Amino acid sequence: MTDETAEQAKQTELSERLAVLKKNKAFIVGASILAFWIISAVFGKLIARYDQDFMDYESINSAPSLKYWFGTDSNGRDVFSRVIIGSRVIIVISFLATLLGAFLGASLGLTAGYLKGKFDMVLMRILEAISAIPVIIIALLAVAAIGRSSSIITILIIGFIFTPNVARTVRAAVLGESELEYVAAAKLRTEKTGHILFREVLPNVLPTLIVEFTVRLGYAIFAVATLSFLGAGLEAGSPDWGTQVADTWSLIFTNVWWPTLFPSLAIASVAVSINLISDALLEVFEL
Amino acid sequence: MSTANTPTLELRNLEVSYTVRGIDRQVLRDVSLSIAPGEAYGLVGESGCGKSTAAFAAMRYLPRNGKITAGSILFEGKNIVDIGEGDVAKLRRSAISMVYQNPATALNPTIRIGKQIAEVFVLNGASKTDALEMAQAALTRVQISDPAQVMRRYAHQLSGGMAQRVVIAMALASNPRLLVMDEPTTGLDATVEAEVLDLVRELRRDTGTAVLFISHNLGVIRNMCDRVGVLYAGALVEQGATADLFNNPSHPYTVGLLRCIPRGGLHKSVDRLDTIPGTPPALGTHFDGCVFADRCALVEDKCRSTQPQMVNISGSHIARCFHSDKASGLPRSVEQIEIKATSTSRTANVGDGLLNVSHLSKVFTQDGHQVRVINDVSLTLGVGETLGLVGESGSGKTTIAKLVLGLVAPEEGGVVTLDGKGLAKTLNRRDVQDVGAMQIVFQNPDQALNRRHSVTRIVSRAVERLRGFSVRSSIDRAHELLLGMRVEASLHGARPVQLSGGLKQRVAIARAFAGAPQIVLCDEPTSALDVSVQAAILNLLVDLQKHDKTSFIFISHDLGVVRYISDRIAVLYLGRVVEFGTSQRVFGGPFHPYTEALLSSVPNIDGTTRKRIPLTGVVPSPSNPPSGCVLNPRCPRKVGSGYESLCESEEPNLNEVEPGHFMRCHIPMAKLKQLQN
Repeated sequence: MTDETAEQAKQTELSERLAVLKKNKAFIVGASILAFWIISAVFGKLIARYDQDFMDYESINSAPSLKYWFGTDSNGRDVFSRVIIGSRVIIVISFLATLLGAFLGASLGLTAGYLKGKFDMVLMRILEAISAIPVIIIALLAVAAIGRSSSIITILIIGFIFTPNVARTVRAAVLGESELEYVAAAKLRTEKTGHILFREVLPNVLPTLIVEFTVRLGYAIFAVATLSFLGAGLEAGSPDWGTQVADTWSLIFTNVWWPTLFPSLAIASVAVSINLISDALLEVFEL
Repeated sequence: MSTANTPTLELRNLEVSYTVRGIDRQVLRDVSLSIAPGEAYGLVGESGCGKSTAAFAAMRYLPRNGKITAGSILFEGKNIVDIGEGDVAKLRRSAISMVYQNPATALNPTIRIGKQIAEVFVLNGASKTDALEMAQAALTRVQISDPAQVMRRYAHQLSGGMAQRVVIAMALASNPRLLVMDEPTTGLDATVEAEVLDLVRELRRDTGTAVLFISHNLGVIRNMCDRVGVLYAGALVEQGATADLFNNPSHPYTVGLLRCIPRGGLHKSVDRLDTIPGTPPALGTHFDGCVFADRCALVEDKCRSTQPQMVNISGSHIARCFHSDKASGLPRSVEQIEIKATSTSRTANVGDGLLNVSHLSKVFTQDGHQVRVINDVSLTLGVGETLGLVGESGSGKTTIAKLVLGLVAPEEGGVVTLDGKGLAKTLNRRDVQDVGAMQIVFQNPDQALNRRHSVTRIVSRAVERLRGFSVRSSIDRAHELLLGMRVEASLHGARPVQLSGGLKQRVAIARAFAGAPQIVLCDEPTSALDVSVQAAILNLLVDLQKHDKTSFIFISHDLGVVRYISDRIAVLYLGRVVEFGTSQRVFGGPFHPYTEALLSSVPNIDGTTRKRIPLTGVVPSPSNPPSGCVLNPRCPRKVGSGYESLCESEEPNLNEVEPGHFMRCHIPMAKLKQLQN
């Protein structure tokens, strides 16, 4: 670094890493799939060939053809259009739910890992108790108690359920960080605990948090799909993948497999693409 | 297979590259060297120069992103660059062994020591029962006390010195013809290092194994090796018989390296330390000319355009330099720093006792046991003075620093007085002035600087909190401080990871000075740095002290460094001060027996041999200190002093044996003087 300035060195390092990332096959595949679904989520109505609720009574349960690429369901609705448009609900809800879980988990994990002692003991035992209850049961109980399903409730439930996992991961990272001397140095300039937690320690556990976030996001996709499959996830009638599978799966026995297969593939492809991306990020940024 | 004149290991024009972030970066450049059977070859150089890469290449053990791009590695005349994995494994099993830097990670924590060593014998064809017997014999050979008992232990139950002996025993188990030792004593205390080196020397005499010895410590190399090679930026710049090379260094880099080291009792009041200007090149830099040209005081145009060849100095002594005849006359490099307003001028009220620490103790609870790690420590420090704290690891040096700073609360009865004012026990009950008045420079700047914050922010935030400046003026002040510490403006926006070790430590020093401190504690501030960088940092600290009368508490295990920078010295053993006095008194003798042993264990760089006063056994656990004088089971002077029974029954007080010189020993000064002559 004799001639170039540090800023240039920083640029070089980042651009070198990005260059490696761009060559990473897992990343290319994952990012392409995810990009497709994000575009679908944003511009779904433009890509879709028909309205999601348009029913063609002439062709009920018709097999994939040039007219209906993924075939039609028992109401004569275009499966392709419903899969494309359905991406928005699942992606937005999963993202928001994971964000909530990451926020709550990071806050609790930071505090527990930094303060240690009794607070840490009690909090972690409570979180372990929560993570022992299956997500589906909590969701079904919540729907039964409230009397209807809604996306807000789904977000709250999944966020709540994810909190212990995120908290545990963040806490483990914070335990190591808080032993480092920059924390002592912050105390030696009279910093308050809040500042040390969020301005000093948090940025250093951020990579861990980002990886945990992507892993959780993959699970969230499954969780949202599962809940809507069980009818406990979203408002009735919304064109999301889980509901589509739930509405059509019994048709498989009459050899009408397309209305079930394509939404299922969509769910799997989003989950896989997120995992591919998180693996590639882990590798390239040496986390 | 090998005849008398076939070298055990020969590297011929070896080039090695690492692929980092998709780009090949050259690490070794045209390295040629050979090691004869029974010879010890030392490879020295600063960090990042390729020492370990050379060692790993010799064992065909490069990391996955490393590859040999040119040249050959001949083991007993046979090229091993292209042989298959199976043959490599066979070589490592029976002919080449390695001793790593960190014995704690070189041993498997889940397998008992005996079984671990026996595995080597089993691999070479011994039966399981025979192998266990052979393992015990191997432990006996490395002079471990009670080998039968060590056989049953796990790695974590061994001290660092014992673990390294076990690693050496394993390495020697296959009767290797080449032993590669990569910084084998770097993590060990001086007294343990001396013992391990004695052992290696003895084993070498007995076995006649060829050794490739890698170290950054010139003193160790000088005492251990027959021939030495100096690496810089992956190129071998000088090579020769040890005495020739040290007495007549002929490459400007070697000359500079030797001059950087504080030695021969040099003190800050007498002279500054030499440094090597500039910084080592980044990994994989391409050179048209000499690799050292950018930092060389003798550089000419030719040096930048043409690669110098090895020239013969005398006998086998060679140097890769156009000016090897002029190297010894290399102009001195003592960077003079103009200190620009580092802190506000202040007047201390009390002449002598700026800081008074009295009866400081600390008890930690460990597995339900009370462990007294600091026992009744009292110290004083004057304005503009440096107090050096020395002692082996576990002696409580760092804990004392934390107690003084208030990061850890002392036990009842311990008092810290600054400028006549008693300080609160813990940091959060001290006011901002008191906190700012005492700051610390930590050992490891990688951990001490928040890697997510910019250099400016690290320093300006400290100014803001400790001086109450506005954000704007804190930033201005931070830039001033950083420039004063020689951190260029172009680096102020950088993150710590983008800086070299020396620059990071300068940032840490700037932060410590942000609150206009009266006292700065330095906890091994240079032990993670190369010697040339260490010299520059020590010069900086001395300049700062001269400029604004800052006092230092300087913790180090390196006695040369402590001697250079300290006005007073406190020698610690098991949380107790065993000797305290002015630098001249403590280093002038007569010595406390522990100080004597410490001093004698430092490998000497000037080649003079000195009788080593061994400190036998291991440091006892502070949870179960020996009765009487805590040093007595290891004391080199107890036996024959006539005070044996007193030493074993009663703990001595810290007595003033002469004005300003305190010692915790039953043996009177006159008797010590007589014993030590």
